Amino acid sequence: MIEFKHVSKTFYIGKSEVQAVKDVSLTIAQGDIFGIIGFSGAGKSTLLRLVNMLERPTAGKVIIQGTDISTLSPKKLREERQNIGMIFQNFNLFNSRTVAGNIAYPLKLAGMKKTQITERVQELLQFVGLTDKAKHYPDQLSGGQKQRVGIARALATSPDVLVCDEATSALDPETTGDILKLLKKVNQELGITILLITHEMHVIQSICNKVAIMEDGAVIESGPVFDTFTNPQHPTTRRFIGSVQQDLPSAHILQEWRRHNEGSLYRVTFTGDTTNDPVLSSITKKHNVDFNIVYGSVQELQNKLFGNLIVSFTGQETAISRTLEALNDIVTLEEVTDIEG
Amino acid sequence: MKVDWMTFWPRIVEATGETLIMVVATLIFGSIIGISMGLLLFVTRDNNILENKWVFQALNILINIIRPVPFIIFLVAISQLTRLVVGTTIGTAAAIFPMTIVASFSIARVVENNLVSIDPGVIEAAQAMGASPLRIIFTILIPEALGPLILGLTFICVGLFDFSAVAGTVGGGGLGHIAMTYGYQRFDGSVMLVTVIILIVMVQLAQWIGNTLSKKLMRR
Repeated sequence: MIEFKHVSKTFYIGKSEVQAVKDVSLTIAQGDIFGIIGFSGAGKSTLLRLVNMLERPTAGKVIIQGTDISTLSPKKLREERQNIGMIFQNFNLFNSRTVAGNIAYPLKLAGMKKTQITERVQELLQFVGLTDKAKHYPDQLSGGQKQRVGIARALATSPDVLVCDEATSALDPETTGDILKLLKKVNQELGITILLITHEMHVIQSICNKVAIMEDGAVIESGPVFDTFTNPQHPTTRRFIGSVQQDLPSAHILQEWRRHNEGSLYRVTFTGDTTNDPVLSSITKKHNVDFNIVYGSVQELQNKLFGNLIVSFTGQETAISRTLEALNDIVTLEEVTDIEG
Repeated sequence: MKVDWMTFWPRIVEATGETLIMVVATLIFGSIIGISMGLLLFVTRDNNILENKWVFQALNILINIIRPVPFIIFLVAISQLTRLVVGTTIGTAAAIFPMTIVASFSIARVVENNLVSIDPGVIEAAQAMGASPLRIIFTILIPEALGPLILGLTFICVGLFDFSAVAGTVGGGGLGHIAMTYGYQRFDGSVMLVTVIILIVMVQLAQWIGNTLSKKLMRR
């Protein structure tokens, strides 16, 4: 478990000061895949480096499994770091060592016996699917393979926590998918808590169970990924969500639609069980109203379905308003205004 | 008077040996001191693993003072110190002392420059794994920079032949001394030619060894 308690970090560059992290409090529970998302310069990278004291907080505490790690002596901190694996955007492999040598390095640091190291390296190579690359050097590997080595190296000492610094940002979409799958496997099979930072919402969408959104050094919103996606509070959060799911047709299409049709457009949002029931058709049928889906999608998020439809209704005015009332009891309903588009 | 080559060859062989001793001994001592200084210079930089403004500045200034002084002037300028340490200012041993000092500072710079080119992320990764600063120096910094480092040392080594010749002119012995006394002062072109050829061969050999070694170690 990782706890940030009112953590701040200020950098002093010459006479100017930059507050990279501002009073952040977050709890990452055992077994979480916790994602921190933000635009570049939001302070997420600094926040991540506070976990293993690559950066020291100017205020507040970082508590890992009950110990405040900023109070540890240098020696104790080095021991604690063996319990926190880290992977990087640019992999940071040791170019002078082979794949096996890279993975063996943290084990040597931990003082493991040579025969045990060989065994453990084999085990890790198998886990990340690189058994045939043991004797290769990093410059002979593709980006995805390099990150697999990075992951194997980070997992070598069986840490409780894995922190990922933009681990997929330098990879192509397909490789990104593979690496994300591997991270999920790390979490599920080895029970390792993962804290990752990214600027890509699809990373959060595909593997995280919890998310925090950072802006300007502060956490502006955090919670379970499903809740955040279905009910975002902050405009920045909506922008991130908009980057992976377009929940509204373009302004052009909206204008076209209004030119040819009368009445209003409504956004109907289904979550959980309501996605399985024929809510729209049963209610409209009951009130003798027709509906037309103008735009929309149903997606899977965290093993739950989440639907978002833009709908128009035609029929008697009173019937429509009764339909809207009835719908409002079961699903989330809001009128679409042009400003949104 | 021209030299009699029948009796002069042993003199050439001896001088070649002296030059080799000067260069190799300087390279060994200079590398030990220079690499240590270069590492210290690098790790005490701002934001590095053993950041220390005072140590860094002191070393930096010292290097900047010694390096621009022309070797022949430096050689003479520290002759009192050479006498104190070696006991004499004449001969091969007396030449090795000032050569080592100058080489050390040059090597320190070369080492620092090579270390700077290491991706800081690699050092950060080692830190994140719990490696101590000393461990990082010996198991990350040196191996990661070894290929270019050997090339840098080769470059210095070639320069040392130059230094040895300069030292030779002021009593250091070696091929420089032979070339000056017989080739220059007695106008014997054949001696000059022979020493130049031997120097060229030695330099080529040094460069070849350096290139081969670094190619073997270079993983980039």
